[in-house]
Order: sequence, then structure tokens, then C-alpha cells
Amino acid sequence: MTKSHKKQQPTNIKSLPKTPTGITGLDEITSGGIPQGRPTLICGEAGCGKTLMSLEFIVRGAMIFNEPGVFMAFEEKTDELAMNVASLGFNLYELQEQKKVKLDHVHIDRSEIEETGEYDLEGLFIRLGHAIDSIGAKRVVLDTLENLFSGLSNEIVLRAELRRLFTFLKNKGVTAIITGEKGDGGSLTRQGLEEYVSDCVILLDHRVINQISTRRLRVVKYRGSQHGTNEYPFLIDEDGISVLPVTSLGLEKAVSSKRISSGIPALDYMLGGQGFFEGSSILVSGTAGTGKTSISAYFAAETCKQKKRCLYFAFEESPNQIIRNMRSINIDLQPYVNSGLLRFHASRPTLYGLEMHLVAIYKLIQQFKPDTIILDPITNLITVGSVSEVKSMLVRLIDFLQNEQITVMFTALSLNTVVNEQTDEGVSSLVDTWMLVRDIEHNGERNRGLYIMKSRGMKHSNQVREFIITDKGLDLVDVYLGPEGVLTGSAREAQQLKERTGVALRDFAVSRKDKEITRKRTMLESKISNLQAEFESVEEELNRIYYEDELKQQIMDKNRDEITKMRRGVKEDIPVKKKSNGRRSNKL
Amino acid sequence: MAEKDQSSLSEDNYLNEQEQQMYHLRLFVTGASPNSSRAITNLKYICETHLKGNYDLEIVDVYQQPLIVEREQIIALPMLIKKAPGMERRLIGDMSNTSKVLKGLGLQTEN
Repeated sequence: MTKSHKKQQPTNIKSLPKTPTGITGLDEITSGGIPQGRPTLICGEAGCGKTLMSLEFIVRGAMIFNEPGVFMAFEEKTDELAMNVASLGFNLYELQEQKKVKLDHVHIDRSEIEETGEYDLEGLFIRLGHAIDSIGAKRVVLDTLENLFSGLSNEIVLRAELRRLFTFLKNKGVTAIITGEKGDGGSLTRQGLEEYVSDCVILLDHRVINQISTRRLRVVKYRGSQHGTNEYPFLIDEDGISVLPVTSLGLEKAVSSKRISSGIPALDYMLGGQGFFEGSSILVSGTAGTGKTSISAYFAAETCKQKKRCLYFAFEESPNQIIRNMRSINIDLQPYVNSGLLRFHASRPTLYGLEMHLVAIYKLIQQFKPDTIILDPITNLITVGSVSEVKSMLVRLIDFLQNEQITVMFTALSLNTVVNEQTDEGVSSLVDTWMLVRDIEHNGERNRGLYIMKSRGMKHSNQVREFIITDKGLDLVDVYLGPEGVLTGSAREAQQLKERTGVALRDFAVSRKDKEITRKRTMLESKISNLQAEFESVEEELNRIYYEDELKQQIMDKNRDEITKMRRGVKEDIPVKKKSNGRRSNKL
Repeated sequence: MAEKDQSSLSEDNYLNEQEQQMYHLRLFVTGASPNSSRAITNLKYICETHLKGNYDLEIVDVYQQPLIVEREQIIALPMLIKKAPGMERRLIGDMSNTSKVLKGLGLQTEN
């Protein structure tokens, strides 16, 4: 949403020019920054970060955008200011020497001043004008202008002069931030500064809920621009302020069809043979001690094995504890930590509020740029927020991660209740893949069963697998499904043994049958050869008789012919013919 | 805050006590603006009346010397700084309230 807006700006002539603040996240909420050349009001209670935010505006402007800035402090002395932000890595003295920043402390003390008649604030104007001109400032901060009201008593003059001041700032063409203390009741500032600053008003808030304080920011008003209207939590840490625009309304994210292995081949096989989708969200839920952390550690190790980066958020155990424990199941995460592929971030959930956790996660992700992240376990976050809050936080986190194409694995502890499958922080409907590790108690022992409750966009097994944790690592085994029901653990082993015995017995029986057949065959074959021999001798005998007959016939024919010849005295050259010829000759 | 002009009250006592001390005064003005002109006139009159011959008044036009504004922590103008005697005091305004000016200069206590 914000990106498209930025792109539109150059073409859209009438759109409001903006000055980027350089504060992480704030420019996104305001679609590009605060109105250029106009004053912006930042108001809030004491200690909510007004001064820091405005100072960061100046420093970032000088450092990133090369826009010099004037910081006029009505509260703190310049040395105090410089010291306060030194911890954020801002060197105000250096910036001042480089003429990029000008700090000016305005000291007003009522007790030192006697008002003797009509006056104006021309001195302030001269000061400010000189400061702006001396470094060519583009940005100005007045922190906190309302201190004038405590120093000077003529309110009519002050109000008139304030109005003049804002006109003066606009004429100077500087982008100004004015801070103001939150007033009593509904008013934004104590002195009603909002009536002078009408272009952009940002309200900062610092609330303590359940003993956990969260700073929040809201753009109350922004003329001529669209802006996020929600309350956004923000974080002050060693890098300054970061605001997290945590709700993205669109669902138009890029999706990847690449797959990423879970590190457990048998589990990949259950997920259509290839594992999870890249950039998807995976929930592993289960009761205590079912091996959720082990699954995530495997996933982390697999990510690192592929030379990708993994960020592991541990809310329960310390990194060293996890590394030690995982060694017992044959994964050593230490080398990956050493090589910088794996980073642990362990924090107690109660360290700060939910939103702060989200901001912290967001920041670390931006910094480390991981390919996968693991949150172990999300259940503990419940201690710092209600179920619906945790859910909304996770929605936003998943949103963000999917935009960044980061695969995330959550683990969640489900309590031993009847409906535990439905209520895993209510996120089960959001995630792409949901695995449930469950105790199967049977026959005096407890075994783990792993189900894939859902896995969007891929073929996945509907079968329960027994989930085994051994010294060698994790594995999934088919449970025994038989007439006696689902068997796991030693019952499965026993059943398998029984089956193996059965197979051996059957094999023996089969081989005995085979032998008998062979024997039968040999017997038959010998019988056949006997018969053949018998047949041959009979045949020979028959042949012999036939031959003798033939011979006898021939001889007889011959003899008859000779006799006939002798009787008739027929010349000898007539060949001797067979019976038929003889007969024909007879006719002749 | 209805102030009455009480400049004539018991001024002699103070003058006698503080006669020996020289008054160093610096008046910062913004060019010839109405407030500035009035301040100069009023102050000169007060000084002539109460501190005759015992003061040293410097009038500074801050438009000419903008750097002085930051150094002297000036916001409201016109402004008078009493450098001596005693503690530094700052008076702002067009010096039309003579009683307050005198109080600020330490020439008059509350009665």
C-alpha cells in the first residue's frame, strides 16, 4: 500500500510533498514522512519518547538525507541531550562540528525575569532564524515549546507570537516538529498547541497493561495525506526508535512453490515427499514433552545444512540449554551458531509486551535476514496477553513473514484437555501446515503419535505415524493398524515380532511343500522314461513284424514271378512289378 | 494585577544606601519597533530619575548582532539585563511599569 503510494507521488502533482523522518516504520505509516515545509506536532505524556523521536528526526535527517537540522531545546541542556542520545550511537558534537546539526538550549526561568510591559518573542525568532540560516537547515525541532508558557505569563502575547512563529517557520520552508506535553482531559496538549499546528499531529502514548508497558504511536491527524490510523507500538532501543506498522490489510503476497525439507525424511515423505512450502507457516502443537522442540531443532539444523540462515526465538529455554539437549538426539547446533547461520534469541515472554515482542522479532528479522524462523513456544506469550491479543499478534507476524518469504515454525503447547485440537492460540486456522504430536497411552506406556492435521496445497498423509526419539535422532514409523486397533511402542514391536514368527513358519512350510513337489516330479519323470522304454521295445517289435511281413511278401512276389516266367517262357526284360502291376499285366 | 505607580515612594533611602554602586545595564532592542522605542524612552527616564549619574546603559540592537541573542539567552524582547550590582536580573517588556522596573533593578522592595 505504502510502496504504491510512493510511486504515485511524482506523477501526482498535487500530492503533498513529504519529508522522510528516517525513523523505522514511521515513514511507512505516514506514507512517506511528515509534511514538508510545515510544522508537525508530536504530543504525549512525560517519558513517552517525544524528545527522542524529534531528535532522531534531526539526526537521521542530517545523517541519511543530508538535511541539516536545528534542535531548539526548551527543556534539556545541549550537553544533556548529546549524552542522552550517545547511547544510540548518535554523536551530536561531531554533527554540530560538521554544521549538520545545531543545538540551541533556550533557558527560561520565571524567577529571573520581570515583566515590565509589552514585549514580543522577537528574540526567539532571531535566534531561530540565525540558527536556520547558519547551517542552511531544512528541519527544525522545538522541544517543548510549551515551556514558554511556564516562563512567561502574558498568554495573549504568547499565543499571538506562537501563531507568528508557525507562519515564520512555514515561510522559512523548514519541516518542523513541535513537541507538546499531553494535557488534562481530552486535549492533546496542555496549551492547546494543536490549534496552531493543523497539518500533522502524532500522539505518543505509554501504557502499562498487566504490569507490562508498551509505547504506542498514533497519527491523529494528517491533512492532505492518507495515513495509518491505528495505534502502532514502537520500541526504543540501541538503534533508536522503531515503529512497526503491524497490520497489513492486503492478502496479495507472492507465493513460492519451492519446497523446503523439514530435516526428517519420513516427515517430508508424509508431506507429499518434499517437505514444506517455502515461506509457509508451520505449527507444531502437542502436549508437554512430545518433542516439539526437537522437531524445530531438526528443522533449524536442516536449514543451516543447506547454507541458509535460521533465527530461533526461544521463549522457554536458553540457547545453551537447547544446544545441549539437542546433542542427545544427535544434532549439534553449535557449529551452525559459530558459523553464523543460526542465531538464537532467547527472551522471557514477560520481558516486554506482546507488541514489543513483535517489534523485537521484526527488527531482528530485518537485521539477520533469515530464511526460516522458529518460535518456540508461542504458548508462553499467553502470559503477557490474552488469547485474542496473541492471535492478532501472530496474524500480523505471519503476514509480515509471508511478505518476506520467510518460513516460520511455531511450536505450541496444548493442554491436556478434550478440545485441545481446536484451541492452539487460535492460530491453527492461519497456518499452512499443522502438525500435531500426541501422546498415545496404551498398555502401560506412553508413545508419541504424529498427525498432519492439515497442509495446504500439497498431498499429505492422513496416517498417524509413531514419532520416535532416539540417540540417533528423530524418526517416524508406521504404526501397526490391525484388528486390535492402533498399536504403538512395544505393543507394535511385539506385534511385529509375532508377524515375523508367522512369516518364518510359513516360509518353512512352503519350502517343505516345494521339496515334495520336486520329489513327485522326479518320480513321475522316472516313470515316464520307463514307459518310454517299454513303448520303444513294443514299437521295435511291431516294426520288426511289419518288416518281416514286407520282406516275406516281396520274396513271395518274386518267387511267383519267377514261377510264372518259367511257366510262360516270357522274356526276362519285363520288370517285376508290384501286385497292381502284376494284376494289370495279368489283364494284358 | 493592578499596579500603581509608586516610583516616588521612599526612593531616597535606597539611593543613599546604594549610591556607591555603579549600575551596569544592557538593553536589547529590535531596531525601531514600537516596543523598543518605548522601552528606551521609559528606561532612560527611570534611570535619569532614580540613578542619575550612577549608571552605565548600553543599548544593543539584536538585529545587528544576532549572535548575541543565543549567548545571552534572549527570547522576549525588549529585554534589560542588570549586570551589576548584585545578582543578574532580567527585565522584559517596554518598561512601562515603572514599579516593576524598580523592583527588578533592586531599587525598591515590596511594601
